[in-house]
Amino acid sequence: MLTYVIRRLLYSTLVLFAASVLVFWGMNLVTSPIGFLRMQPGYSEQTVQNIADRKHLNDPIYERYGYWVKDVFTNKFGTGTVSDLPIWPDLQRAMGHTLQLIIAAELLAILIAVFIGVYSALRQYSVFDYTATTFSFVGLAMPVFWLALMLQVLFVNIYLWFDVRIFYVASLNSVDPGTGIHFVLDRAQHLALPIIVLAVASIAQYSRFMRASMLEVVNSDYVRTARAKGLDERKVTMRHAFRNALIPLVTLIALNFGALLGGAVVTETVFALDGMGLYFINALNAGDPYPVMAFLMVTAVFVVVFNLIADLAYGWLDPRVRLE
Amino acid sequence: MFALSERSAHPVPDPFTPAVTAGGAVSGADLSHQSGLELKARSQWTYARIRFFRHKLAVASLIVLIIATFIAMFPGLVAPYAFDEFDFEHIVEGPTLEGWHLFGTDQLGRDYLSRVIYGLQTSLWVAFLVASIATVLGTIVGAVAGYYGGVVDNLLMRLVDLILVVPFLAVLLVLSAYLGQGKPWRVGVIVALLAWVGLARIVRGTFLSLREKEFVEAAKAAGAGDMRIMFRHMLPSTVGPIVVTMTLLIAAAILLEAALSFLGFGVQPPTPALGVLIGDGASEGFSSWWLVTFPGIVIVTLALAVNFIGDGLRDALDPQQRVRA
Amino acid sequence: MPDPVLSIDELTVEFETEDGIVHAVTDVTYDLFPGETLGIVGESGSGKSVSVMTMLGLIPQPPGRVVRGEARYGERDLLKLPKKELRNIRGGEIAMIFQDPMTSLNPVFTIGDQISEAIETHNPDIGDKAAKKRTIELLEVVGVPFAERRVNQYPHEFSGGMRQRAMIAMAIANEPRILIADEPTTALDVTIQAQIVEVMKAAQDETHAATILITHDLGLIAELADRVVVMYAGRVVELAGVYEIFNSPRHPYTVGLMNSLARLDADLEWLDPIPGQPPSMISPPPGCAFHPRCVHSQGRAICRTDIPELRPFGEGGKHVSACHFAEELAAKHVVGALVEDPS
Repeated sequence: MLTYVIRRLLYSTLVLFAASVLVFWGMNLVTSPIGFLRMQPGYSEQTVQNIADRKHLNDPIYERYGYWVKDVFTNKFGTGTVSDLPIWPDLQRAMGHTLQLIIAAELLAILIAVFIGVYSALRQYSVFDYTATTFSFVGLAMPVFWLALMLQVLFVNIYLWFDVRIFYVASLNSVDPGTGIHFVLDRAQHLALPIIVLAVASIAQYSRFMRASMLEVVNSDYVRTARAKGLDERKVTMRHAFRNALIPLVTLIALNFGALLGGAVVTETVFALDGMGLYFINALNAGDPYPVMAFLMVTAVFVVVFNLIADLAYGWLDPRVRLE
Repeated sequence: MFALSERSAHPVPDPFTPAVTAGGAVSGADLSHQSGLELKARSQWTYARIRFFRHKLAVASLIVLIIATFIAMFPGLVAPYAFDEFDFEHIVEGPTLEGWHLFGTDQLGRDYLSRVIYGLQTSLWVAFLVASIATVLGTIVGAVAGYYGGVVDNLLMRLVDLILVVPFLAVLLVLSAYLGQGKPWRVGVIVALLAWVGLARIVRGTFLSLREKEFVEAAKAAGAGDMRIMFRHMLPSTVGPIVVTMTLLIAAAILLEAALSFLGFGVQPPTPALGVLIGDGASEGFSSWWLVTFPGIVIVTLALAVNFIGDGLRDALDPQQRVRA
Repeated sequence: MPDPVLSIDELTVEFETEDGIVHAVTDVTYDLFPGETLGIVGESGSGKSVSVMTMLGLIPQPPGRVVRGEARYGERDLLKLPKKELRNIRGGEIAMIFQDPMTSLNPVFTIGDQISEAIETHNPDIGDKAAKKRTIELLEVVGVPFAERRVNQYPHEFSGGMRQRAMIAMAIANEPRILIADEPTTALDVTIQAQIVEVMKAAQDETHAATILITHDLGLIAELADRVVVMYAGRVVELAGVYEIFNSPRHPYTVGLMNSLARLDADLEWLDPIPGQPPSMISPPPGCAFHPRCVHSQGRAICRTDIPELRPFGEGGKHVSACHFAEELAAKHVVGALVEDPS
């Protein structure tokens, strides 16, 4: 097992390296820092050249790549092109917030979806099953940003009519959130709606998948054997069926991370949360390529880590895979 | 990491391919033949058609989609106003029967129903564009990978895996920001550049299994060239999954384009698209709810309809996946 | 003659499907005596597994439905037992081996765990260590080498033959009185089949269980069965000792089966299959279900209108057949001796 982990880590490092090359080269194709500088109002050509010299922006691409990579490790992603503001502190802060949002939403989604999926499979064609399936379909058809907006409209109007603030509709905290438990509660109240929004799409997808997986397993030969051995239904379902049904879901969750991040981008924009997604949108709007590249690399790291965890979990759950 | 998609015993979904619906086995007797005395021969497509029309939801959705397409193709016939007709006397009014402002008006007094109708046109157009390009691209890549196997397959699938794990929206945003510039067809092309992967995987899978079948060997023995084998012999068997995936691609494309336009990186105003409308409407505040609600409802309805049709098609074309009582 | 350990009487099971009602088995009647091996032969869809699975409660109801019949095990009717009692019997006194050992074993648990589970379910007080010890013993009985090591391995680390041995071990774990084997060799290579036959004989010796052997492989029947039930279209069409079935079959279907066998001792140019297709189980042919394919019927009306009853033949009435013209078959000597009668 240990060799497996080490091998995957090495492989992942390679992947990250390849990703960095791709990102840098790709960004260089579609934009250039010098062009960005020139677009700044009030920058004379001389100013542009000064900055370009200082930041090695006129060097050939390989050298610029080298400086960038060096910056990534030694200088924490370096600075933005224009303002010399270091990138990392902002990104790190934003990252923390996004992680809170994503992890909370995904955990919630998994718990709910697994329950719904299993129950729907066991009570196939029941009212619960049909309702759950309907919700799944609708959930998958709803744009994330629209759901976010609708919830905002709903809760703002609740506040306007009833003067009761159940959930906040914008930003991470109120102006003066207090400390300790008050802070946590305040944050929870602010994050509640974004978490719900992100969770809905995941629940819709995972529950359908879990239902299908569970149905397939429940009709499998080894479940029939378990019954033939005389096990009671609960043992058959939970011990034999459920564990096998979970395995493909792990892969799905891992592959879904990309979509999850996309949802986070949109959700943070609508709810004005100080997270990676909003950071990314702002950077794109501003036009400075370095923060965008920093975002993409951090994302790549997340994806790789996520997949590694999923692989390990998969290996733990399914012994057929372990002997690779 | 990249072996994940091959590892699972199930077809694992990505944003552009369908999640597996219910699967199940019939436990019971084998129902292969009629009473041994007569066999009615029916073509595969007739069976598929019968099975599809058994799904009331899919049929209803088909009707909805046909209506929507009709509206999208001839908006002038249906919309009471032009989409840019200002009327400064009726700014930001709620839905009302007066003057046929069934969806209200926006900040510039334009009739919202008409705006939504023209927005529908743009969104559907982009979605079909995406689906077409992605289908062609995905089919070609998948066919080549599945047919030739080996190194070619490996390389292509690594590429597919790579694209699958990146956050779609993030990459799309980057591409749009620097290449998009707002025209609908550009948005379509950009989305299609990423959307083909799901289809490629499915086509590759079918081609891999078809490759071993005897009729391919027979064609080879008869001297048919690779291209001919791939497109005349193997492709027809994959039409089913391709069609199903394509419909779900359309749904996904609708949603993606809306998201991009909402964020300002897709279709740009003044071209109306449903996402643009929602974006503009959102900045107006929460009291003018209709500006955000109606375009969204249209998106949801469209996506739902397409999804139902896709489900119905899947049941019709691949009956082993049916769930039995 | 001792009392039968299991008695199936007029068992009739239907399935409700989208395309109509499937009459899976109709009026199936046979007995199982202690220590014997009863073979059930038939094509796919003839209902051979359904009768047995229904009896054990392994057929979901719906869509299955027991229309009538009894399955008497001792004093009790298995079809009417409460679920809990049936569960006690299942895997304990009556155990089953299935066709495909690869899919019949749970891939995420070790072989040892799964066999021990069978033991512990029916002996709750036995404790893990004792169960594991017994598991290793069982694996040795069925001929799995290095049992102590292999008990901790997973199904995918076993070969097909080994897996089937493990399944057999699991079935005999609780010393069943009745062992049911549903196509135990069908999914295996021919050479492995021979081995499994030996394993089954060893298992029978170990447990002295009565065995029901369900298969379409007549070679297996010849090797293992004492008596044979022939099923067609959900009904029993013939029931006799194994020698009688091979040497003097009294039903046109059985005759057809025997005639279609490939033989080493005869100079055959062509194989002689039974013409036609198996019948639809939703709308079977009227009268005798076999009549559309029956050479012997010669188009006589009664074959098309009346369902033949099982009638006894010969001495002792141990040989029964459901054919209107079974006597005519007795007169012809239709098959060369296929199995030597030791008497």
